Amino acid sequence: MARMKFLCDSERCIECNACVTACKNENEVPWGINRRRVVTLNDGAKGERSISMACMHCEDAPCMAVCPVDCFYKTDEGVVLHSKDLCIGCGYCFYACPFGAPQYPQVGNFGSRGKMDKCTFCAGGPEADNTKEEYAKYGANRLAEGKLPLCAEMCSTKALLAGDGDVIAQIYKERVSRRGYGSGAWGWATAYKSGTAA
Amino acid sequence: MRLFNIKRTIWAALAFGIMLSLGSVAPASAQQQAPADEAALLLQLKGGPVTGRVSIPDAKSGVLIQPQGRDWRQTLEGPVKSAGGWLLVLTVVALAAFLAIRGRIKIEHGMSGRTIERFKGIERFAHWLTAICFVILGLSGLNISFGRSLLLPVMGPEAFTGLTAFGKLAHNFLSFPFVLGVLLMAVLWIRHNIFNAIDMEWFRQGGGLLQKGVHPPAGKFNGGQKIIFWLVVLGAAALAVSGYMLMFPFYVTDIAGMQLAQLVHAIAGILMVAVILAHIYIGSIGMEGAFDAMGSGQVDVNWAREHHSLWVKDVTARGAGDD
Repeated sequence: MARMKFLCDSERCIECNACVTACKNENEVPWGINRRRVVTLNDGAKGERSISMACMHCEDAPCMAVCPVDCFYKTDEGVVLHSKDLCIGCGYCFYACPFGAPQYPQVGNFGSRGKMDKCTFCAGGPEADNTKEEYAKYGANRLAEGKLPLCAEMCSTKALLAGDGDVIAQIYKERVSRRGYGSGAWGWATAYKSGTAA
Repeated sequence: MRLFNIKRTIWAALAFGIMLSLGSVAPASAQQQAPADEAALLLQLKGGPVTGRVSIPDAKSGVLIQPQGRDWRQTLEGPVKSAGGWLLVLTVVALAAFLAIRGRIKIEHGMSGRTIERFKGIERFAHWLTAICFVILGLSGLNISFGRSLLLPVMGPEAFTGLTAFGKLAHNFLSFPFVLGVLLMAVLWIRHNIFNAIDMEWFRQGGGLLQKGVHPPAGKFNGGQKIIFWLVVLGAAALAVSGYMLMFPFYVTDIAGMQLAQLVHAIAGILMVAVILAHIYIGSIGMEGAFDAMGSGQVDVNWAREHHSLWVKDVTARGAGDD
């Protein structure tokens, strides 16, 4: 079975934020929550590059390890999901996550963060696939429909790739060998032990 | 045809040359600018967070990668939880062994039947306010740390989440009366808790804990109680500062500060639970007559003479039982 991963080729990312918008629209994400964001390094300076970042669905997911109520689970395809019914909004996953993926609907004074929300790789949650309940809590379940996450599907420059980790790593490697240099598959060294050879 | 081939060879050589020069130039410019490669950039930042600009009005989201999350997780899961868990188990075992070997510390001359006031109402109020809050804070804190391994398999996910969510609420709001209780105790008792030469003698004799019939002199509080007092005051200060940082996340600090606050809170919390276990032991089953001091506030005169001889002299000399 495919092991799902995201890969952002920062050489191609033009910081258009279409992935952010696509995600918000497809999943009806509430105000203040950004499951995906584009971060620009060295803004306006030499070596500027933008990277689209969301949950990387880590191999050994730190959020899963530190959750006091064990609300996370991993699908057969390597997607890290969680149950909003079990989440108590303690904030530990945000402290552990290297990518700042977990989001909370409220500021969080007096522990009132609300239930954590994060990128689901467009794979919904523990409820039955593509039900109203699942959509209300977690957004779309495109994976169950045989589609890939909308952020990557919408990417105009194909900087953001989503899908079987081996396939997208191969596409990236071909790009690197064609253009002669890499731009770093951002997050891979941190999220997956293997990283990319390229 | 032949010419075309030569042309192609020249072009290929040119392209190869450009690629080579790009390859040799890239590392040089990378030293001035952030490298393009994640691993190289993390190496350059020595594992610090990779931060950039975002168009979202949320400063936190500008942090692209913060590898210290991994260090926080490993410290919490490894040293803090395993060492902390064993410390608590060892504390209970040590107290049980102490009870088995030394037995309950009895009033040597028996109950006299006459009592003397040791703690006034306000003192007992401050103590029990702190104590009740601490028991709930401690249990809900231990549940956050160890409940997933100990209670979750027994209770099932839904019931455990219900309990933990309730525990989190209680933990947050009981912190206020807890801090109030500690402040009150600090104000009431600080002048009785300055270490002096009498305490050194008390420590030299092991507080009379180890041998029967040994009762080193002590004032209102003996050396051991003074240690408890300062551990509670300083421990509560550490817990309050780190706890309120966690309760009002990202107001005064960034992600690294939040991780540090959580670790300080966890370590201080476990240490305080171990200290208070020993305090509860000696104030209840460990010593005859000790509970009355915080129970009714009236202690037996013989108990007072054995454990707080100088305080009894003070009180009887002044003819009042206030302190």
